[in-house]
Amino acid sequence: MGTGYNMNIVIASGKGGTGKTTLSVSLFKAIKGHVQLLDCDVEAPNCHLFLERPTIDETRVEQQVPVVDADLCTSCGVCDDFCQYNAIVSIAGSEAMVFPELCHSCGGCTRFCPSGAISEKPFDIGSIEHTEIAPNKDFYTGKLNIGLEMASPIIDRLFVHTDDAKTGKNTEYRIIDAPPGTACPFVTTVNQADYVVFITEPTPFGLHDLTLAINTVTELGLPFGVVINRMESTENIVSKYCFENNIDVLLQIENSQYVAECYSRGLSFVDSIPGMEEKLQKVAERILKGSKKA
Amino acid sequence: MKELVVVSGKGGTGKTSMTASLAVLAQRSVLADCDVDAADLHLVLNPKIQEKHIFMSGNEAIIDQDKCTSCGLCEELCRFDAIEFKDGKYVVKDFACEGCKVCVQACPENAIDFPAAHCGEWYSSTTKYGPMTHAALRAGAENSGKLVGTVRVESKKVADAIDQKDLPDWMIIDGPPGIGCSVIASITGVDAVLTVSEPTLSGMHDLERILGLAKHFDIPSYVVINKANLNQEINEKIKQMAKEFSSPVLGEIKYSKLFTQAQSKRMSLIEYAPESEEALEIKKIWKLLNELNPN
Amino acid sequence: MKIAFTTDGNQLSDVLETRFGRATAFLIYDTENKSIEIIDNKQQLDSPQGAGIQAAKIVIDSGAGALVSGHCGPKAMRVLSTREIDVYVSEAMPLKEILDLFEQGKLVKITKADVDGHWV
Repeated sequence: MGTGYNMNIVIASGKGGTGKTTLSVSLFKAIKGHVQLLDCDVEAPNCHLFLERPTIDETRVEQQVPVVDADLCTSCGVCDDFCQYNAIVSIAGSEAMVFPELCHSCGGCTRFCPSGAISEKPFDIGSIEHTEIAPNKDFYTGKLNIGLEMASPIIDRLFVHTDDAKTGKNTEYRIIDAPPGTACPFVTTVNQADYVVFITEPTPFGLHDLTLAINTVTELGLPFGVVINRMESTENIVSKYCFENNIDVLLQIENSQYVAECYSRGLSFVDSIPGMEEKLQKVAERILKGSKKA
Repeated sequence: MKELVVVSGKGGTGKTSMTASLAVLAQRSVLADCDVDAADLHLVLNPKIQEKHIFMSGNEAIIDQDKCTSCGLCEELCRFDAIEFKDGKYVVKDFACEGCKVCVQACPENAIDFPAAHCGEWYSSTTKYGPMTHAALRAGAENSGKLVGTVRVESKKVADAIDQKDLPDWMIIDGPPGIGCSVIASITGVDAVLTVSEPTLSGMHDLERILGLAKHFDIPSYVVINKANLNQEINEKIKQMAKEFSSPVLGEIKYSKLFTQAQSKRMSLIEYAPESEEALEIKKIWKLLNELNPN
Repeated sequence: MKIAFTTDGNQLSDVLETRFGRATAFLIYDTENKSIEIIDNKQQLDSPQGAGIQAAKIVIDSGAGALVSGHCGPKAMRVLSTREIDVYVSEAMPLKEILDLFEQGKLVKITKADVDGHWV
C-alpha cells in the first residue's frame, strides 16, 4: 500500500506573475508517487491551461443561505440589524429579503430570528473540477462563480474533497497553487500547509512582495523556503536577503526568453528545461525529509 | 481632469512598470496606487509620506477571559473554525475571524467584545510627479474593494483641493491585478481603462475578463501588449479579441530586460533608458492615449 | 407626493449625485407643500457592499413615491420593487431642472437595474 504522507506543499508568491502556477504544475508533473494538484486560485484559476483534461468530473459547491417564511416573518428587523454584510434586509409590510450573493453563511439570522421564520437552503457558489491526469496524478481546480467574492468556502471544500478519507487514495504529496497576495483567500489556503514554497523574481517588486508574504507565514508559524525564478546571476537581491535571514533557497531558475515562450504555449519548466524534472523531485524529497511527516 | 486606471487581469504583465512610466511622461498628475494587497508603485516613484491613516473595516471578536466561563458555545457555533480551546481557554485564532458576530450575540455571559478591525493603512504622499495616495492591506484582511475605494475617494479630495488653473490633465491609478471586487472598485467611474496584457494563455484568458468588465461598466478600454514577441499566435488572438471588444491596441513592447533593470535602479523605464525602443513605444502609447482623450 | 433625489448638497439648486447607494444624502421634496427634508446616507460609504440595499430602505422609509438618481443597481431595485416607487434616471444637473422635467413628464423611468453592482 502507498505511504500516504499527505505532505501539503503550498506554492505562493506575494507578487503575481513570478511563476507560481508554472512551478505548481511542474512539481505536480515531476513528482513520482501519489500526487494531487489543487488550484486554490479560485477567482482566476490557471493551472488547467497547462494540463490536458480529456474528461472532467464536476462537483457543484453550495453554501447555506437563509430562506424566509413569509407567513412567520413579522418584519421585526432583528435579522437586518444583526447581519454584518447587508445580506438580509427587513422591509415593513413584506417578509425579509435575502441577497445570497452577499451572504457569508454564518447562520446568525437563522439562529436569532425571534419568530423562527428563517431556515437555510443551499446556494450555488461554484464548482470543483477533477481530472485524473495519469495514474497517481490527480488534478483538482476550484472555480468561484463570477460576481461572488468569498473564495474561502470553495478553498475549504477543495481540501475536504481531496482528503484521503474521501478519495480512498494514499496521497504522498499535495501540491497547492495558492491565490496571489496575502489577503483572506491566501490565508485560508496556507492554513492547510505543512510547508510553503515562495516563488519570486530577483527584482525590487519581487523582493518587496516576498517580505510581506513571509511576514504572514512566519506569524502562522509555518516552515517555508524560496524558489528564485528568472535570475540573471545566482547572487541577487533575493538570494542575499535569504542568506541574511537564514531562509532556505530551494532552487534558482535562469531567466530565459525561451522558457517564457514555452510558458506562453502552456509548457511547464519540466517540459522546457532539461534536468528540471530531477531537480524538482529532489526539492520535494528535501521538503518531505525536513518535515515531521517522513 | 480625466481618470485613467491601469490594470492587467493576470499579474506580472508589467502593469505597475507601465503606470510608473506614464506618470513620468505626464510630468504632473494626481496619482493613486490601488494595488493595496501588494503595493509596489512606491518603490519606483519614491513618495514622501505626509499623512498616515488607519483603515478600519468590519469588526473582529475578542473573548474577554475575565467573563468567559468556558461553556464552549462560541466554538460550537462558529462556522469559520475561528475559535479554539488552547492552553485551557477559548480564544479567537489569528487571521481567522470573519467578523460575523454570531459568537458575540450568542455568548450567554456577554463575554465577547466586537471592536472595529484594523485592516490596513493608507497614506497621503508627495512625489516628483504629483501627489500620491497609496495604501497597504494587512495580511489576512478581506480585499473587498473598500480600501481601494478609500484610496480613490481620498485622491479625488486631493484633486478637488487643487486650483482649477493648476489642475493636471490626468489622475493615474495603478489598479490591482485580477478580476475581482478590488479591481471593480478601481474601475468604476474612470474615463479610461488601460490593460497591460501579455501573449500567453493565462494573459489572454484574463484579458478577456477584464475587457468584459470594462464593457459592463461602459468605460472606454485600451490594450497594450507587453512581451509582445513571446508568442506570435497568441499575439494575433489578443489583437482579434481587442477588436471584438472595440478596444484599440495602443502599442506593443517586445520582451525586454530593461523593465527589471530600471526597477533595480528604482526608476521607471522612461527615466532609465529614455532613447530605447521600449521607451519610444511607451511614449507613443501615451501620445495616442491623450489624442483619444482630448481635454 | 414626495420625490427623493440623491445629492451631495441640500438645496434644489444643488446637483444630482448620479450614484445611488454611495450618495452622501437624499433630498426629499414634497410637491404638495413644497418642503424639503434632507436624510443623511453617509453611513453607507462605510459598507464594503450592499450600500444600495440600505439606501433603498431609506427611500422607502421616507415615504417617497418616486426616486430620481443617475442609475440604480440590481440589489437596490429588488428592494424598491417591494413598494410602488417609480424610479427615474437623469444626468447630473441641478435638482430644480430635474423637477421641471419631472413635472413635464420628460424624465426617463426605469423598471429594472440599468447598471451592475459596484463598490465605489
